[in-house]
Amino acid sequence: MKLQIQNISKQFKKDNDFVGALTDINLEARPGEFICLVGPSGCGKSTLLNLIAGFTEPTSGDILLEGKVGFIFQEPTLFPWLKVKDNIAFGLKIKKEDKKKIEEGIDGYLRLTHLKAFKEAYPHELSGGMKQRVALARALILGPDILLMDEPFASLDAQTREIFYEDLQDIWQMTKKTIIFVTHNVSEAVYLGDRVLVFTARPGKIKKEFKINLPRPRDLGDFEVIKISNQIKNELKEEIEKVIKEMEQYEPNIR
Amino acid sequence: MNQIFDKIIKTLIFLSFLSFLFFLWWLIYRIHFWPAWLFPSPKTVIETLVRGFLNKTFIWGILISMKRIFIGFSISILIGSILGFLLAKIKLLRETINPLILGLQTLPSICWLPLALLWFGLNEKAIIFVIVMGTILSITISVYGAVTNIPLSFINAGRILGAKGFDLYRYVILPAIFPSFITGIKQGWSFAWRSLMSGEMLFITAGLGQLLMFGRELNDMAQVMAVMTIIILIGVIFDQLIFGNIENRLKNKWGLIK
Repeated sequence: MKLQIQNISKQFKKDNDFVGALTDINLEARPGEFICLVGPSGCGKSTLLNLIAGFTEPTSGDILLEGKVGFIFQEPTLFPWLKVKDNIAFGLKIKKEDKKKIEEGIDGYLRLTHLKAFKEAYPHELSGGMKQRVALARALILGPDILLMDEPFASLDAQTREIFYEDLQDIWQMTKKTIIFVTHNVSEAVYLGDRVLVFTARPGKIKKEFKINLPRPRDLGDFEVIKISNQIKNELKEEIEKVIKEMEQYEPNIR
Repeated sequence: MNQIFDKIIKTLIFLSFLSFLFFLWWLIYRIHFWPAWLFPSPKTVIETLVRGFLNKTFIWGILISMKRIFIGFSISILIGSILGFLLAKIKLLRETINPLILGLQTLPSICWLPLALLWFGLNEKAIIFVIVMGTILSITISVYGAVTNIPLSFINAGRILGAKGFDLYRYVILPAIFPSFITGIKQGWSFAWRSLMSGEMLFITAGLGQLLMFGRELNDMAQVMAVMTIIILIGVIFDQLIFGNIENRLKNKWGLIK
């Protein structure tokens, strides 16, 4: 696995203007590293994931990527016409893997994500948390080297989310994937990450990097976790104030 | 168990309402509000229906109309869907043909009949042409809408899971548009059915529309009402029982209705 992001910038065309989303991003991920990206909304952190996944092209700069990529979207985006097991098997079926191997894969990942009872269910019969587990199984079954996660817990309630933290941490320690994790929840980032990168308001730059050298498994209520979270929140506060100020000064174009 | 019970009750209520309508019909006939040759009794109409089926004129009428609609409708689905896909994918087509399609869609299909008669003459081709012209654009528009409305996240999810090119169509885009496609087909069918009936009434070839016009020319109100009943029944069977059922099943499976 290799991921090097070199001087990435991304601009979007809006009306006749170019709006900057990201400027001069440099990032290198070590194999097996858990990197969290936090920042005010609209700072381009999701855009960075889309760039790594190849959904969009950067305006300038290079992304060197070796290895298979998996993606967890903010919404589970399961295919509603497929049962849970067929959603999980989707990628393997596209690759025309042999049937027995697919069956084994499905069972294994259903067990890993505690979904065995829902093998034959359709996505709409599941809760939000379960859907996101299916999405995780669907990505992991393809054996990605690097997992990109775009605010995967944003639409879940607090309790479901906390159970998910532990599970994700377990899965990560077991499978040793490299994970790039976008969130706006600072404690989540500190709880999960080896490194937390704080982004500035738009156009997004990496403002500061926090190394989280805490032993695992971690505890959300742990004093050190809270202390680092507060430092990061202070760093973020400045950026969020900038966003609010910009919103106050915004004058709609009335022609 | 309760659901079956509910269904039986609902059917019973509907059936009693239907018998009440028949009774009302009979009553109006009975008091001779209109003369009997303008307003026949339910009994005469049912007799005409039975006679029509026994001497096979109605059966032939239905078969001929059905053959036409299946040919016309199949052509419309095929070409209409392809056109819809192309429209969704090719920007140049969208900018050039789309306004034209929206304009032509407002034209009632029967307005194509004079043109069809001059091009094809008084024959099957003309009437099938009218069906196709009346149906194809509504299918094109619904397929185009369905393809452009697929959430980008589905496409991205499919791509990152390895579906590219044809696989992306086969395993993501086609299934994703299926419910809207069925809705479009259902709507297209009712357009086709209307086009066929107006076409058959306006020029003389066999078929249900012509049987209806015969009734008028012979001043046989019972036949007019009997054929109308058949046309309504065929409409209900296709619209509700066939397409409606497929649609509901799909929506249930997808969780689109609670």
